[in-house]
Amino acid sequence: MALKDITLGQYFPGKTLLHRLDPRTKILLLVFYIVALFMAKNALGYGLLALTLVGAVLVSRVGFKAVLRGMKPVFFIVVFTAVLNLLYTPGQGEPLIAFWVIKIYWEGIRTAFFMVLRIMLLISCTFLLTYTTSPILLTDALEDLLGLLKKLRLPVHELAMMMSIALRFIPTLIEETDKIMSAQKARGADFETGNLLHRAQALIPLLVPLFISAFRRADELAVAMECRCYHGGEGRTRMRQLKYAGRDYIALLLGLALCVAVWCSNLLGVF
Amino acid sequence: MTPILQTEKLSHVYSAGTPFEHRALVDVDLCAYPGEYLGIIGHTGSGKSTLIQHLNGLLKPTSGRVLVEGKDIWASKEATRQARFRVGLVFQYPEYQLFEETVYKDISFGPKNMGLDEAEIDRRVRESAAFVGLPDSVLEQSPFELSGGQKRRVAIAGVIAMEPAVLILDEPTAGLDPVGVEQILSNIHDYHTAKNATIIVVSHSMEEMARTAHRLVVINDGRIPFDGAPREVFAHGEELESMGLGVPRMTRVFHRLKALGAGVDPSVYTVAQAKEAILAALKAKGTSSDEGGAV
Repeated sequence: MALKDITLGQYFPGKTLLHRLDPRTKILLLVFYIVALFMAKNALGYGLLALTLVGAVLVSRVGFKAVLRGMKPVFFIVVFTAVLNLLYTPGQGEPLIAFWVIKIYWEGIRTAFFMVLRIMLLISCTFLLTYTTSPILLTDALEDLLGLLKKLRLPVHELAMMMSIALRFIPTLIEETDKIMSAQKARGADFETGNLLHRAQALIPLLVPLFISAFRRADELAVAMECRCYHGGEGRTRMRQLKYAGRDYIALLLGLALCVAVWCSNLLGVF
Repeated sequence: MTPILQTEKLSHVYSAGTPFEHRALVDVDLCAYPGEYLGIIGHTGSGKSTLIQHLNGLLKPTSGRVLVEGKDIWASKEATRQARFRVGLVFQYPEYQLFEETVYKDISFGPKNMGLDEAEIDRRVRESAAFVGLPDSVLEQSPFELSGGQKRRVAIAGVIAMEPAVLILDEPTAGLDPVGVEQILSNIHDYHTAKNATIIVVSHSMEEMARTAHRLVVINDGRIPFDGAPREVFAHGEELESMGLGVPRMTRVFHRLKALGAGVDPSVYTVAQAKEAILAALKAKGTSSDEGGAV
């Protein structure tokens, strides 16, 4: 897999309803969704949440493939969680499987299944946000939503600026890494074989040039920003103003409704 | 003559199956012969960088084959590894890949990876440093203390030290001042003549290509529309311009002269050839006007 194929935080441009929602709405919806996800206790609740996600993916038209690809890096964590839950959840009654020190109860299977579902839904919905929202809109929205913290003298603007710069440079640095890696491979460097120590040593020809170029870029960016009289968020205006539309209020209401529905489904106690 | 480096129906697709899918190379057939000085020209995004990264096995073809000295470089892991040493690739702005404490250590990185012994490494480092005109005093300095042009020469020496049979350079003169450009070009020429190596240079400077290359390959939209001697390729001036490329300034001047009715040969592309052509034209004119005067 080439480094270029990493989908972390990648934006798929589009004009669907999900793309057009105000980014603040989308962040709030994500919060609602995650809250609902942690409230869910039974199949009905999880079913509702899974259906919501499927619906959202269909509306966004990014495709299930892209969402699933985002799952790749956390595959190990998902498996690890599943195994731990499977083995260490105590249950009442007879274990379903008892073998040597391994005892698997019905409750273990249930917890493991729901845990895996929870992690997968959590990651998918986060990815859906970054797939449908450009990084710039995302940080603008965060700055706006965190505006209240400004009163507590938290440097919200600076934090948002740092975040947008960091996001902006992820693809650049990935490209740079790819390039330096190719250049060193062309000189016979081997990043894939050997033991751990050997591989760590093999990273030096990659990391040294990468750090040097990152510092150089940071320096150049700072100069470019100062040349354009950047001096923090004070009195700074925006070309693109964020504005809530009717669809945002409807979406937020639906988000709240989802939370309530999941809470109600807990009371029903199905499965 | 059998080619030292050859591609057969080479195709490459980036990000297959995503909205960003891009066909960078389409059925490219390319040959390079021993001792040849080959120029590859194409504008940004034409697929030239993708092409050269296939030639030493950095990228794996989506379909098609790459042969080095007649052997498929993807036949085995060892074959790929050997291809990287037989075909040296100098990337664009290679000075950003330097990492060692001293110039000497940086140049020896390639030979060390080849598993050579100390004496051989030492010979190669000194020889390649000499090829690029770096004095011995520089070898113990940190590469980060050098000037831009010197850094680039260190990086090129790092590849030359592997003594590749084919040396590929991607825009080796980009961003250098005229003196730096001349130095790099003559370093490459020295390696070419001393080792009878095949040189492949990627560039979009038509002047530079016209002066140095024996054969030119034009690449556009992942295909090769023209492949031949500089004189033949530059005859397609209009097509080249429609691909966002140009012809050397001399060729353009002579095409205009021809259009204005001057009796010159328009297929010139260097200043030396231009001088010859003008002298020839003046001579022809001189004889005809002499005759006129006599009547």
